[in-house]
Amino acid sequence: MSFMTNLVDTVIILVILTNFMLLGSSRLRRCIRVTALQGILLGILAILMEDGTPTIHLILLSAAIICLKGIIFPFLLIRTLRDLNVQYEVEPFVGYGTSLVLSPLVLVVCIWLGSQLSLPMGVTSSLVAPVAFFTITCGLFLIVSRKKALTQVLGYLVLENGIYVFGASIATIQPVLVELGILLDAFVAVFVMGIAIYHINREFEHTDVDRLNRLKG
Amino acid sequence: MHIEKIINPLLTLVLAPLLFGIINRTKALFAGRTGQPLLQSYYDLWKLFRKGAVYSKTTSWVFRLGPIVGLAVVISATALVPSGGLPAIIAFDGDVILFAYLFGLMRFFTVLTALDTGSSFEGMGASREVMFSALTEPAFLVGLAAISKQTHSLSLTGMLAGADTALWSHIGPVQLLVAFSVFIVFLAENSRMPVDDPNTHLELTMIHEVMVLDNSGADLGFITYAAAIKMWLLSTVLVGILVPHNGNAWIDISTAVAAVFILAVLVGVVESSMARLKLLHVPQILFIANALSTLALILVLR
Repeated sequence: MSFMTNLVDTVIILVILTNFMLLGSSRLRRCIRVTALQGILLGILAILMEDGTPTIHLILLSAAIICLKGIIFPFLLIRTLRDLNVQYEVEPFVGYGTSLVLSPLVLVVCIWLGSQLSLPMGVTSSLVAPVAFFTITCGLFLIVSRKKALTQVLGYLVLENGIYVFGASIATIQPVLVELGILLDAFVAVFVMGIAIYHINREFEHTDVDRLNRLKG
Repeated sequence: MHIEKIINPLLTLVLAPLLFGIINRTKALFAGRTGQPLLQSYYDLWKLFRKGAVYSKTTSWVFRLGPIVGLAVVISATALVPSGGLPAIIAFDGDVILFAYLFGLMRFFTVLTALDTGSSFEGMGASREVMFSALTEPAFLVGLAAISKQTHSLSLTGMLAGADTALWSHIGPVQLLVAFSVFIVFLAENSRMPVDDPNTHLELTMIHEVMVLDNSGADLGFITYAAAIKMWLLSTVLVGILVPHNGNAWIDISTAVAAVFILAVLVGVVESSMARLKLLHVPQILFIANALSTLALILVLR
């Protein structure tokens, strides 16, 4: 095992740990920070995935990812959080302990799933695909199991991170344009959701999604 | 039997109480106090051993047996733990499990002793102790299973002697994960800060201290000494997972002992910078330890 693969593995394990932290932490603000950390790790991963010297495209892309996911998103989300005056608890449907017990099991399933797939050449680490699935599942789980609308934005971001890791595992040199397009989408989504949540909060004085059921005609 | 195998148990028996002194001095330093002397726990033990014990009329022989069994168990556990490249006195396949459950036996007798007093207060402490240990045990065993799989050894001597530099460059993350998990277990098992507050007495929040409220004299001395040895042994395991060996016995042993002391300083830092968690939140941090251990095992098995 080369030093580079080991480094990729370490970053990927850190991504798994951020997922654990997201599932286990009760504070919205900490969740936002952890998501930011995950974004930064993905930016680093983008450079590490490349064999040999990174191209200028790759460095720019990685810088864009770190900027957007590590700085701008958290900034927007924390500002929304401040404007909302929401309670800082995440308010889960599924408890933190249960989530933490379930997540390693889900990881096992993801690793099995990853081993079933016949991925094309060029995958740097055998952990990449399973972790991509795991991150996607965590994102979905966050969307489904947490009450606050802001956590759903976070879940969406984590989901997107997972898709990004999966993309990175398939093609080491992705078209930069596609990647930038996805980033732009995510950016707009976070921006719009931030505004939307703000307005929801102003109209209904809460952002609990389970109580939004009332809106159905 | 080689004579050098005696070194580790001797070091453990002699130096273990010093750990409390180091932790207390670190905390004093953070709080800006001078703190108690480094050797204070030795003075305390000496004082306790010279005193007679007072036994309540409600207690039975179990109460007198508990502290002795506790001390006997940890002293036998010293025979199982290798350190600094030196093998343990006794090593066989599966001694990991014996090691883990020797502490289980000690806990069982501490709990029995606490229940035997008939005090509702001590019963509460016993219930908490059992609840938390039910969560630390899987974390500890699963973490050690990961290390065991990685080093292809079922004995503590093989598992902890294998932490050389080659292994580090090979599969570092697993060791880090297990080490972090074992550190949380270490804090919980030794009733240190985020789980239990060793400073408070007669508080509703504490766990270990509350169980030994009725013990006095030499019995209390046994319990304190056993707690110190337990702490030393668990830190030796933690150090064995992390610290590589270089082959020279003297350097290795002094590195291991120094690392144990550094760990004690670290515990002091944790205690000075963190508050005790709410009892309801303690299982959460233990779940984290479990998740990390399981992750390490998954990574090794993959």
